[in-house]
Amino acid sequence: MFKLTVYDRESITPLRSLATNTGSIVAALFVISIVFLLCGVNPLYAIGKIFSGSFGSMYGFKETVTKAIPLILTGGGLALAFRAKFWNIGAEGQILMGALMGTWVGLAWGAVLPSFVLITLMFLAGFIGGALLGLIPALLKIKFSINEVISTLMLNYICAELITMLIVGPWKGSTRFGFPGTNNLADAALLDVIPGSRIHYVTLILAIIAVLILSVIVYRTRFGYEVRVIGENPEAGKYAGIDFFRTTLVIMLVSGGLAGVAGVGELAGIHHYLGYPASISSGYGFTAIIVAWLAKLNPMYVLVSAMFFAGIIVGGDAIQISLGLPGATVQIVNGILLIFLIMGDYFLKHKVVVSFSNNPS
Amino acid sequence: MRKTKTLEMVNISKSFQGKFANQGINFNISSGEILGLLGENGAGKTTLMNILYGLYQPDSGEIIINGHKVKITSPKDSIHHGIGMVHQHFMLIQNHSVIENIALGYDKTPFFFPKIRIRDKVVEFSKKFNFAIDPYKKVWQLSAGEQQRVEIIKALLNGADLLILDEPTSVLTPQEIKELFRILNDMKAQGHMVILISHKLDEIVDICDRVTVLQKGKIAGHANTAGMDKRSLARMMIGRDVLFNVNREPLPKGERVLKVSNLHVLSDKGIPSVKDVSFDVFANEIFGIAGVAGNGQKELAEAITGIRHIKSGTVFAGKKDITNMSPRRIYDHGVSHVPEERIKFGIAPGLFLYDNAILKQHHLEKFSKKMFLEYGRIKNHTRDLVDSYNVAAHSIDVQIRNLSGGNIQKLILGREISEKPSLLVASHPTYGLDVGATEYLREQLLTRRREGGAVLLFSEDLDEIFELCDRIAVMFQGEFTGILDSSESEKLADIGLMMAGSVRY
Repeated sequence: MFKLTVYDRESITPLRSLATNTGSIVAALFVISIVFLLCGVNPLYAIGKIFSGSFGSMYGFKETVTKAIPLILTGGGLALAFRAKFWNIGAEGQILMGALMGTWVGLAWGAVLPSFVLITLMFLAGFIGGALLGLIPALLKIKFSINEVISTLMLNYICAELITMLIVGPWKGSTRFGFPGTNNLADAALLDVIPGSRIHYVTLILAIIAVLILSVIVYRTRFGYEVRVIGENPEAGKYAGIDFFRTTLVIMLVSGGLAGVAGVGELAGIHHYLGYPASISSGYGFTAIIVAWLAKLNPMYVLVSAMFFAGIIVGGDAIQISLGLPGATVQIVNGILLIFLIMGDYFLKHKVVVSFSNNPS
Repeated sequence: MRKTKTLEMVNISKSFQGKFANQGINFNISSGEILGLLGENGAGKTTLMNILYGLYQPDSGEIIINGHKVKITSPKDSIHHGIGMVHQHFMLIQNHSVIENIALGYDKTPFFFPKIRIRDKVVEFSKKFNFAIDPYKKVWQLSAGEQQRVEIIKALLNGADLLILDEPTSVLTPQEIKELFRILNDMKAQGHMVILISHKLDEIVDICDRVTVLQKGKIAGHANTAGMDKRSLARMMIGRDVLFNVNREPLPKGERVLKVSNLHVLSDKGIPSVKDVSFDVFANEIFGIAGVAGNGQKELAEAITGIRHIKSGTVFAGKKDITNMSPRRIYDHGVSHVPEERIKFGIAPGLFLYDNAILKQHHLEKFSKKMFLEYGRIKNHTRDLVDSYNVAAHSIDVQIRNLSGGNIQKLILGREISEKPSLLVASHPTYGLDVGATEYLREQLLTRRREGGAVLLFSEDLDEIFELCDRIAVMFQGEFTGILDSSESEKLADIGLMMAGSVRY
């Protein structure tokens, strides 16, 4: 017989944190290898291909940065929400809502407004769209104690279907030969890219500014302090007279709004028209959950973890092409990584000691 | 035929983290007896019964059943030995019917059609003890008394000859208590043994044959209840005659800092738990509220400090009406609060020491300009607190969860009194602390009194109440059974009875 005893760790050094995360990722890669083996692929080759495909070439790297943009914005916002233990699983829908609002502004005023004003308005509309969508589960939670995991998750489907309805119905473009999708946005509504890449740098700059501001908010302001207290111990928040209503609303406005901005970036920087929801955001809202988690909910670290997961997305595309693996492989890789990171978190906070005893009871 | 006829616990000791919860406990019970286990909260009653029920292992000592030494390592063992326990909080599944709950807890429930096949047994037991219960009703539809009877049937069905009831009357109405006692007397007549855990003197005297009194983990005495007078029982429970501390120099009453009038407050479950309470607290005074836990003290403290909604009545801090203000605004009006269960309410465990040092104060000018926190000043303030309140921490850059309970409490107290509030509400401030930390905290409360502050002290520890307080209110079932001055020693001798609601002044 053996016995497991769990202790709380006295203190967590940055080194231990780094070591635990690295260990989790290595363990996850081990399990991922088993998946590759079952697919009949040499795991070392496949994993190597993922990283060489994303970071190993200039083209790959540029694609990785492109895919990191929505992940930085969304992951930063989620890091804030998760800090207050508000489990926003609805970033995917909030991205779509942002794209929808951006499309609306772009189509309506594309011909009349100068580019700078138009794009500013589109980002603003996207922020508002995502923010309002984020507000719904926040209000439901505070007023009626409805679990936010369910409401945010379900709103994702509502948004996706809303977009589908618009692009096959009222917003269907005259230049699409009957295929679903809006017309292309006017040139004034499109974002510039760094030549030779798809990096829409305006959104990238916005994303970097956003995580910088977020980390100031979280660590340096009264509001951030209140968020941290609520997340650590809601009872203490109540005792200290922190206004849950206001705090939760602001958190979800920011979290949803940033996802909305990411949606506008995808729309105006990459796609240039509103098409099927799955093409506008291919699961960025969900990947961003892992991004925020790997960053230990620190907005600055989101920059790094977003690059890491963007790399996996791009590398996943590479192994699909070169090894003929199904598209779902990347989802599996992401899922396994998340599970191991969460487990690693447990071992970071607790010390588990195995002891063997001679008298079985 | 009862298989377990006598039970004896010999020299039982159990300690948690070096502190004795039970020390050298002896008692015995035999067939057809009801034994009362009396003691204040924290006296070790529940620990002792959990040892008997197999939930804890004693550090030393033995359990003897029918003259043979036995080892009880799990509730399964204890059920096997004919011991059944009815916990204070019922272990029933609310959405299931009575019979389903019983089937779930019954050892010999058949795999197929369990409900049909044990129905007869349930009905038989209900008849035997006159339990009026519909076995097909859902548990949530039952009153507390009926749920308790379901628990009793569960225990009896498993062949319990010895039934342990933990504070069985705390959730019952007076009629239900009568009914319970009738059932217990029936069981006694049929040769069962019953151990009743309680801190209510009246009940013990009413129903028990013998009583064992625990005090601070040790046996304070055994007695037959026949002819026993309540006053001597109360004295046995409290441990001594009431003594007064003389270190507290007399101070003239200052101005009124708190006025509570006709306060009504509901508990979490919506039951009235503070009923029409009125009192004043003055500067230079420590006002103590004594009583057994669960008589509305928690709700009263939360209502005054803004955490709990006040249904009716008013609270004034000085001349300012603070009824139903937010905790932060009440703090700004000079009422600070050391909450009970310090880890649960008083700190954010994963945040640093300096973050926790400004909980409730982070919005003050001192610590933040506009919306930005001034960490330089916050850290200086934390270092001051750590120094002046003797908080043992090797750094202020550690998560506060790493500190011991005593040091966390010192930091909380320092935080709450460093701004010199006109009133400090302190709930069980020394609960669970070691002697050194306790003495230190008490000294700080007296210092506050000397400096012209007022303290509203909630405590179950009568030593503490007598040592510190100028006036003492006793709370019982949401009401004050009296407010006494510390000079009224002959009345204070009855404080045990006041806590049990049998005497009012």
